[in-house]
Amino acid sequence: MTFFPEPLSWRSPRVAVVAALIAVLALLPAVTAAISEPFYVTLVARILIFALAACGLNLVLGYGGLVSFGHALYVGLGAYVVGLLSFHGVTSGWVHLAVTLAASALVAWVTGLICLRTSGLAFIMITLAFGQMFYFLGVSLKQYGGDDGLQIAARSDFAPLSIQSNTGLYYVSLALLLATLYLSWRLVHARFGRVLRGAKSNARRMRVLGFPLLRYQVTAYVISGCICAVAGLLLANLTKFTSPAYMFWTVSGDLIVMVLLGGIATVIGPLVGAAVYVIMETVLAGYTQHWMLILGPIIVLIARFARRGLYGFLLR
Amino acid sequence: VNWELLLVQTLNGVQYGLLLFLLAAGLTLVLGIMNFVNLAHASLYMLGAYLGAAAFAASGSFLLAGAAAVLGTLLIGLIVERTTLLAFYARDHLDQVLATFGLILFFNELVRVIWGPQPVYMRAPDGFTGAVSVFGALYPSYRFLVIIAGLVVAAALYFIIHHTRIGMLIRAGASNARMVSVLGVNIRLLNTLLFGLGAALAGLSGLMAAPILAVQPGMGDNVLIVVLVAIVIGGIGSVRGAFFGALIVGVVDTFGRTMLPLLLRQMAERSVADAAGPALASMLIFLFMAVVLAFRPQGLFPARK
Repeated sequence: MTFFPEPLSWRSPRVAVVAALIAVLALLPAVTAAISEPFYVTLVARILIFALAACGLNLVLGYGGLVSFGHALYVGLGAYVVGLLSFHGVTSGWVHLAVTLAASALVAWVTGLICLRTSGLAFIMITLAFGQMFYFLGVSLKQYGGDDGLQIAARSDFAPLSIQSNTGLYYVSLALLLATLYLSWRLVHARFGRVLRGAKSNARRMRVLGFPLLRYQVTAYVISGCICAVAGLLLANLTKFTSPAYMFWTVSGDLIVMVLLGGIATVIGPLVGAAVYVIMETVLAGYTQHWMLILGPIIVLIARFARRGLYGFLLR
Repeated sequence: VNWELLLVQTLNGVQYGLLLFLLAAGLTLVLGIMNFVNLAHASLYMLGAYLGAAAFAASGSFLLAGAAAVLGTLLIGLIVERTTLLAFYARDHLDQVLATFGLILFFNELVRVIWGPQPVYMRAPDGFTGAVSVFGALYPSYRFLVIIAGLVVAAALYFIIHHTRIGMLIRAGASNARMVSVLGVNIRLLNTLLFGLGAALAGLSGLMAAPILAVQPGMGDNVLIVVLVAIVIGGIGSVRGAFFGALIVGVVDTFGRTMLPLLLRQMAERSVADAAGPALASMLIFLFMAVVLAFRPQGLFPARK
């Protein structure tokens, strides 16, 4: 078994792009500390966290061809696990992580089994509906802040690691993201990923060949949910806050835009997409308070023209 | 059992359901026949409410407000369809969802720029501000107007779809659009007509909802999701399904919100019931949808193919 699941040409532009990207991300906190602009660490940590969520979504959306419009659910779930456990005095990050993974796997398994009974249009609507169901659940939890959300007193305690400083959180997020990207790269080139991609291009043929597709798709859905939930855990730690807004359906929409913008069904695409999207949002929001007036049409244009995404463009 | 409460809640449920139906009908036709996911339907509903409220505030005439809402959304719908959405008919659902999602963000912000972030309130039209007595229970007469409007639209749609030439073409287009096109029917014109009809109905439902709900940016988003639930329960592409699906969702949601907390209070401790009641009630229609899908993935009243 080799380290890379597919043969790489060291002179191809995408290797250069990925290497440059990783180098920039690894050195960023040192640079921002040198020019004393700590805001950028928080901004890029946010990018990394959304990239992680987009990477999770990409697994079902890009490789599985399953258009889920409800993945914000898992982001919110991870955030609420941190919020609720901290609220009740459980501060251990490892417990937060374990509960996040267990809860998101359970929710993804149950809702995935129901959603995957349908396909196409109905699948989009049902994932959207389940996402909103958890949103309303969060809103109705009045004892945990309801609509207003819940402040988190302190970040999760990942002893011996520490994410109390923004830099610590940044490096933990970066490590988790890179590990997830690498593992998803392995996954989509493994037999599992090939079956998943086969189901996307011709489900009937795969069934005739004897693959129990539902089992593969539910597994992909669960993995994808867990990745998004970990992103939610990090997000809650970054903002020290959790709120139903993390689960609002527009967040699911944002995640889809990131995947498409970066390059659907590419490993690095979600990172590129998340970076461009978050930066675009920040710049537009700094320019005018009515930035959605500009973002909306941009999203329409992305849907219209960005068929392969920014990173997909490099792969040609 | 408090019969008066039961009656009022049933009427509320039916009224909510019919309001959902006005939205669901247009959406399901576009979904089923053009195979197009138009999330921006929510924006047309919102625009209908704003246009109606603005026209009502300016003129004081509910009929003029109705004309402004229906014709305004019809016009906006057709413009959006021609300029933006036409290019997405042949694309996959993902691109359609994304494009119409972008439109929702745009329109939500647009009304915020024009009318401000604060909710706009619209009073009920003259003659419908009071309440009428139904078997001893008082019920707002405006809500009766909503029920009547919903039933009239349902009957009109039934007539159009089953007893007119256009309706025949719509049904034929639903089962095989390409064949209808080959037989010499201008399917693009038919699509635009359908889209316009859906937009006008969305505008009408926005207007009808305006005196009941607060008119505010994003008001269509939450309703859209409930409408999608109704459509999925009823069966995608079927107006009959949308009608029954919307009624079921309206009644289940209304009863869930009023009865469930009361019911829980009798079964569990007050503190537990007060915490779980609203949470469970807000999840009820989604759980109901999950149960329906588990047994009938095609919906309760699927379109006949």
